[in-house]
Amino acid sequence: MSRHTLSVLVENKPGVLTRVAGLFARRAFNIHSLAVGPTEHDEISRITVVVDVDELPLEQVTKQLNKLINIIKIVELEPDASVQRELLLVKVRADMSIRSHVLEVVDLFRAHVVDVATDAVTIEATGNGAKLDALLAALEPFGVREIVQSGTVAIGRGSRSITDRALERVSRPA
Amino acid sequence: MVQDQQPTATAGATRPPTPPTPSAQRAGVTPADVARTVVAHGEAVTGAQSIVRSLEAVGAKVVFGIPGGTILPTYDPLMDSTKLRHILVRHEQGAGHAAEGYAYATGEVGVCMATSGPGATNLVTALADANMDSVPLVAITGQVGASLIGTDAFQEADIVGITLPVTKHNFLVTDPDDIPRTIAEAFHIARTGRPGPVLVDVAKSAQQAMTTFSWPQPVELPGYHPVTKPHAKQVREAARLLATARRPVLYVGGGAVRSGAAAELRRLVDASGAAVVTTLMARGVLPDDHPQHLGMPGMHGTVPAVAALQKADLIVALGTRFDDRVTGKVSSFAPHATIVHADIDPAEIGKNRRADVPIVGDLREVISDLLPELEREHAQHGKPDLAAWWRQIDDWRETFPLGYTATDDGHLAPQHVITRLGEIAGPEAIYVAGVGQHQMWAAQFIRYQRPGQWVNSGGLGTMGFAVPAAMGAKVGDPDRTVWAIDGDGCFQMTNQELATCAINEIPIKVAVINNSSLGMVRQWQTLFYESRYSNTDLHTGHGTVRIPDFVTLAEAYGCVGLRCESESDVDDTIRRAMEIDDRPVVVDFTVSRDAMVWPMVAAGVSNDEIQYARGISPAWDREE
Repeated sequence: MSRHTLSVLVENKPGVLTRVAGLFARRAFNIHSLAVGPTEHDEISRITVVVDVDELPLEQVTKQLNKLINIIKIVELEPDASVQRELLLVKVRADMSIRSHVLEVVDLFRAHVVDVATDAVTIEATGNGAKLDALLAALEPFGVREIVQSGTVAIGRGSRSITDRALERVSRPA
Repeated sequence: MVQDQQPTATAGATRPPTPPTPSAQRAGVTPADVARTVVAHGEAVTGAQSIVRSLEAVGAKVVFGIPGGTILPTYDPLMDSTKLRHILVRHEQGAGHAAEGYAYATGEVGVCMATSGPGATNLVTALADANMDSVPLVAITGQVGASLIGTDAFQEADIVGITLPVTKHNFLVTDPDDIPRTIAEAFHIARTGRPGPVLVDVAKSAQQAMTTFSWPQPVELPGYHPVTKPHAKQVREAARLLATARRPVLYVGGGAVRSGAAAELRRLVDASGAAVVTTLMARGVLPDDHPQHLGMPGMHGTVPAVAALQKADLIVALGTRFDDRVTGKVSSFAPHATIVHADIDPAEIGKNRRADVPIVGDLREVISDLLPELEREHAQHGKPDLAAWWRQIDDWRETFPLGYTATDDGHLAPQHVITRLGEIAGPEAIYVAGVGQHQMWAAQFIRYQRPGQWVNSGGLGTMGFAVPAAMGAKVGDPDRTVWAIDGDGCFQMTNQELATCAINEIPIKVAVINNSSLGMVRQWQTLFYESRYSNTDLHTGHGTVRIPDFVTLAEAYGCVGLRCESESDVDDTIRRAMEIDDRPVVVDFTVSRDAMVWPMVAAGVSNDEIQYARGISPAWDREE
């Protein structure tokens, strides 16, 4: 098994996410993470889906996704040729006795404190999975109270845009 | 109110000259039955009228359905339509299968209609069936009013959610302005690319609201671009392989029927000299009497067809999907073969078996492009010497022809009944089967000569398909004799449509191959469960209580009921049934329940282990 990041451009219509998620479930493909949001074009939404599959099943995933009528384009983003980020919010125990140590870790990882209580802080961090795992490992000794994490979003490096050509299709009726 | 912008849209200009009866006068002011296909600027109508007008404009002629609460608004203008014939069925599943049968017989999109909730869920089996067998179908369902969606309202079901996995696409329409475009898109999706079922769920509120209707409609599907033109380089490679293979087999599937490629296929068969097998979905696309035709491959295929695939050095798969019922244990399927796989659906290529030469395209175009390339190869390098291959195949054909053993319990041999039916009704008839033993015998023992002669439920294996599908086929092609070949189990699942047939003068013929059991399941119990017959006795004959009595059941439905119990009566009974053309006919053929379908490859084992008859397997090494 290997990990693959797919950027899926879809029509911005109700129910499209269900179609995508349903297809993964029905064909027994495992989703590692999934993120969806708007793009620079109102008509297009972008789903970033990270899957754990071998090469051959991945081809099946892509082909089956392509058969969904509302899917406009699928691009696999290679880790080396793309920027991939997750967002992590983590609530860590931090009373007066250890707070400075916690903040030291926050600085080391270039993370931010976004909420403070008397006995805890909430830290926001972005990065790839490895960085966030390292941050969590560093915070673990202080006592992690709660974690929430987004799915990966990813964009290709360089000047090319994968949405440009997809938009041509949207504006040109079939 | 009504704005007629088109000069052709006046009643006098387009309506056929009918005497001015009161109903015709009333119809004269109803826009729905005035012939027009272009309404450019829009015309004020209700959403319900918009549905009817859209169906008319897109070319639909027949709708199979049942009204109910949420589709009621649409049934009102439907009553006035002179272009749409609505056929009131007795169960929505029947509507779905009838629409499939209609699509099989006409090549056009079949249309069915149902209300929300249970009406819509009753369509699900037919939609799944059409999805598996790539049948172009549009289902229109009513949905509860938009403001009630999500409240568990009366007869509410999320049919778009339910049918998501079993349709090619589906739509929920809550804005009446979206109706014409959505219906145009639904038909476009259903009939292009790999055909399939599309469901359009229309909220009752959208049917009742006022909107504008205009036609034609733009189809806006930015993510839908089926590839029909094959890649030239891949086609050349396929031609090169086909011209040099020593043991080539053309493995032809239902895609050849769907794309209308029978003529092109025939030329390819003749030019290549290759052996040909036609799958369950492709029976008839190449005439059975063609000398290169080895019959059906797969679990109940002929020994020559199965063996040829196993021993082939090249398989050219055309519009087929390496289904498990064809390949057997896929890891040992055709171990020596290079695979050329042509299909309009890229997802089928490489799904079950890796393709060495993948070709995405419409099969008619693929074969059309392949023919000149093959000729060029032959011109340059000569035709391959296939004599040794054909010697081997002919040896299999001689040793293992299709056949069956006589029964020893005094009941009819089902294979004999079906063989005679095929011979007497001939190749111009349409044969529609259910699912099970009778289906396999019908696929084996009727000689198919033309595409469209054979209709059945392949991928989903839907028992109960035959009667409603035969009804739809007869509506679509009324001049042909349509025989449903059904089992006693299948027949009891959907025979309520005999009422629809009798009332609407759709004179189908039904041959019930009655072995008083769920025959295929019983066969497996005989072979794999030590003859422990758990819940397979249906008591429809054979000295048991005979519930129901199919002859009196047929008569209760206004059909002619006939019974045939002895071999000497088979021909006469079939001829009698053939003579009746004013009513549906049901013939109860009481056949032996011990008859089995042979040859057989047991589920999950290698095709090399095909049994010609019980306990008799070909000795492959002898031929090597």
